[in-house]
Amino acid sequence: MSTAGTSSARAGSGLTAAVIASPHAHGGNSVSATMFRVKMALVPATLFSFWLFGWPSFFLWALTILSCLCFEALSLRLMGSRRIKATLLDGSALLTGWLLALSLPPWAPWWVAVLGGLIAIVIGKQVFGGIGQNVFNPAMVARVALLVSFPLPLTQWVTPLPLSPVAGPDFVHSLRQFLTSAPLPDAMVSASVLGYTKTELSRGIDLLHSLSSASAPALSWLGERSGSFGESASLLILGGGLYLLARGIISWHTPFSVLAGVAIPAAIGHQLDPAHYLSATTHLLSGAALLGAFFIATDYVTSPNTGSGQIVFGLGIGLLTWVIRTYGGYPEGMAFAVLLMNALTPVIDRLIKPRILGRDRKGKPLSIPETKES
Amino acid sequence: MGFMNLFKSIAGHDWGVHPADHKRPACDVQTRQLPVPPRVYLMLLQHVGAPARPVVLVGQKVKKGELIAAAHGNISAPLHASTSGTISAIDEITAPHASGLPGMAISIDTDGEEDWIETDIPSDPYALSPEDIAGRVASAGVVGLGGATFPSSVKLNLGRRSGIDTLIINGSECEPYLSCDDRLMRDKAAEIVSGIRLMLISTGAKVALAGIEDNKPEAIAAMQEAAAGFSEISVVPVPARYPMGSDRQLIIELSDREVPSDARAADVGVIVHNVGTAYAVHQAVCLGRPLIARLMTLNGGAAARPGNYEVPFGMLVSDLIAFSGGSKGDIAKLVMGGPMMGSVLPHARVPVVKGTGGILLLDAREAADSESEPCIRCGSCVSACPMGLLPLEMSARIRNEDMDAAVALGLADCIACGCCAYVCPSRIPLVQYFYHAKGDLYERQRAQLRGEATKKLALQRQERLQREAREKVEAAAKRKAQRAADAAAAAEAARLAAHDDAKQGETA
Ligand code: SF4
Ligand code: SF4
Repeated sequence: MSTAGTSSARAGSGLTAAVIASPHAHGGNSVSATMFRVKMALVPATLFSFWLFGWPSFFLWALTILSCLCFEALSLRLMGSRRIKATLLDGSALLTGWLLALSLPPWAPWWVAVLGGLIAIVIGKQVFGGIGQNVFNPAMVARVALLVSFPLPLTQWVTPLPLSPVAGPDFVHSLRQFLTSAPLPDAMVSASVLGYTKTELSRGIDLLHSLSSASAPALSWLGERSGSFGESASLLILGGGLYLLARGIISWHTPFSVLAGVAIPAAIGHQLDPAHYLSATTHLLSGAALLGAFFIATDYVTSPNTGSGQIVFGLGIGLLTWVIRTYGGYPEGMAFAVLLMNALTPVIDRLIKPRILGRDRKGKPLSIPETKES
Repeated sequence: MGFMNLFKSIAGHDWGVHPADHKRPACDVQTRQLPVPPRVYLMLLQHVGAPARPVVLVGQKVKKGELIAAAHGNISAPLHASTSGTISAIDEITAPHASGLPGMAISIDTDGEEDWIETDIPSDPYALSPEDIAGRVASAGVVGLGGATFPSSVKLNLGRRSGIDTLIINGSECEPYLSCDDRLMRDKAAEIVSGIRLMLISTGAKVALAGIEDNKPEAIAAMQEAAAGFSEISVVPVPARYPMGSDRQLIIELSDREVPSDARAADVGVIVHNVGTAYAVHQAVCLGRPLIARLMTLNGGAAARPGNYEVPFGMLVSDLIAFSGGSKGDIAKLVMGGPMMGSVLPHARVPVVKGTGGILLLDAREAADSESEPCIRCGSCVSACPMGLLPLEMSARIRNEDMDAAVALGLADCIACGCCAYVCPSRIPLVQYFYHAKGDLYERQRAQLRGEATKKLALQRQERLQREAREKVEAAAKRKAQRAADAAAAAEAARLAAHDDAKQGETA
């Protein structure tokens, strides 16, 4: 009973036996409920984007999600998992697909969706050991891999249909567009603000001129501008994020520090040299800033576990995003920034731990107060 | 509630959880008495410390309140007959614990007379000396009734010796479903206040702060009224939040002092006692009555008549359920204590003990367990943990049998409050991991201690052998020296004798 041998034998049974330890009550939260709420928060922005970008964006969204689910099922099958159905039902693969779709150009062809799903689920998640084990955000792994491998289709933005001079394609045309990956009609192609200003700056035209020119892309809170499919509707993304905050699904630490990380250097740069540095508002409304801050950087698995850790993590993402956007070769840097900070998450978690009650930050017991009235 | 959460999450660390309290309607029902059961089983160990030693024989008649087992050692508590009758056995019975292991108990076949012993009632209890009060509390077998069951007199004496300034009275009752303390405060506020005064005298503390969660407005009102004439006693409503009733949390809330992790509350000048204990102290000192019964909450979806009952110690849980009106529907889980920290009972044929605050008959819906899923690192457990631990990291280490890493993360500071498992969306049985690891550590520590003891014994034996060998050698040397000396002396004597002879010869 007391020898090391029996105690480890008991160890084995202690963990596999039916759960008898307290508590005998549960708050009722579940993984699938949490994932469901995140998806609910994405619905308004997604619907709005369908309206903005038409059928092709819907096909892209649906196929990306389908692809993620299929690859999830396939990987689980290959690994001999007994929980295929339960895992699919927890909704995390679906959410990965959804977020990936939102970060893609809305008229990206079908193979981008399929390949994206493959990379996100198999390379981004399952090779690490499945849910909870991955180091990098699966959707961003896929996004970056696609961007680096196929820069052209991944940076082709279209003008939102309501602004477009030509009528949007109908269902059949859209399907053909999606499946044949035919080149986009010229009239539809448009640049995003970040892409446009970067190109113009590289041609020696500073921001003061490029942004005031007639061909400058619109920048709108309401999202009527070109950009990737889910990030255009800034207000709706923001609304979804606030809903998640209110429901306690995410805490304020990550999103606010991401936004601060972008906005603070942007504001300083813009103040010093408006000809070469975009304003904080432009940064916040552009690219994946809001989507990234509220929905991507807040991914549970790949972000730190403590509030202070999340602040460091978020500031890092924001700052890196601004640096890449401003000095890097790509107009948008959110996905890169998220992956870089994901890699640092284990380090942040090791260095920043909550203070244990009765101990100091280093884990030494607090000293007993000397002064006591006698 | 949504934006309240948002506000709270911005405002700072929101430790603990807010479980649905399920206290009403049970807490609003008047306390009920139960018939005397045919037999009671008094566990010899129902407190922290050494088991009590029986001082009665089988067949002996005992009165209600008579001493049947005496305290043994510095930390222990005596045991008294909870009703009158005949001692029928002193043997093993299943202990009220999830393990289902047996423990020693004295059983009494009751006679229903409820015949009390003579009690010693002091003329002015508040004029007794601090030592006398603690002594009476000790001989009445009073232990911490909040669940910790630490012998109360030991704590009173410790408080006096450490020169504490504040006595904290725990009336928070943060466990869902339980309302025995609530009921006691509503009905016996004056007696509780009397107990608090006695504890103030006994510990030498200057003020007493009674913390009561703000979901018990009736108890707060009753206690405030009872304490009105005593300026040294204040009743302080505290926010309802689990685990507010945990010592360290309540001490911070009420006195703003943080107990160092390797120290005791007395080291920062406070001592915490439960309201039930204060009541027991009053009974013991003012009425000379030992602790033989207490209020218990019977609750849960399968309880036919949920409410608070005055239960004599040693009554079987099965009798308690039957006498109180039985169960309705199936009892899916039988729990002693509250749902957050209570333990599952293997069956109902176990006796209630001093630490039993409630019996929960959970129905299938309440007991529903679902399969646990992998950790999604959501961090909910981290923000819920009142101790500032990282439950997800500790459980991951324990799963890999890396106990040292779990200890390095603060396993020893875990109070097993269950907040982490309560909020975990993946329903990981985190507390089960921690219990398991603590049990394992305990085993290892014991093995190590045993190892050290063996080593010490071996060392002592070796020393003894060496000493003996040394002594032998010394003795031999001594003997040799002695022999040599003897020989020399003999030779000398011979020589002298010869010399004398010669002299004599010369002179002759
Ligand atoms: S609450 Fe559960 S799922 Fe979330 S981090 Fe803790 S252990 Fe993991
Ligand atoms: S780790 Fe321990 S102290 Fe922290 S919430 Fe879990 S059970 Fe409570």
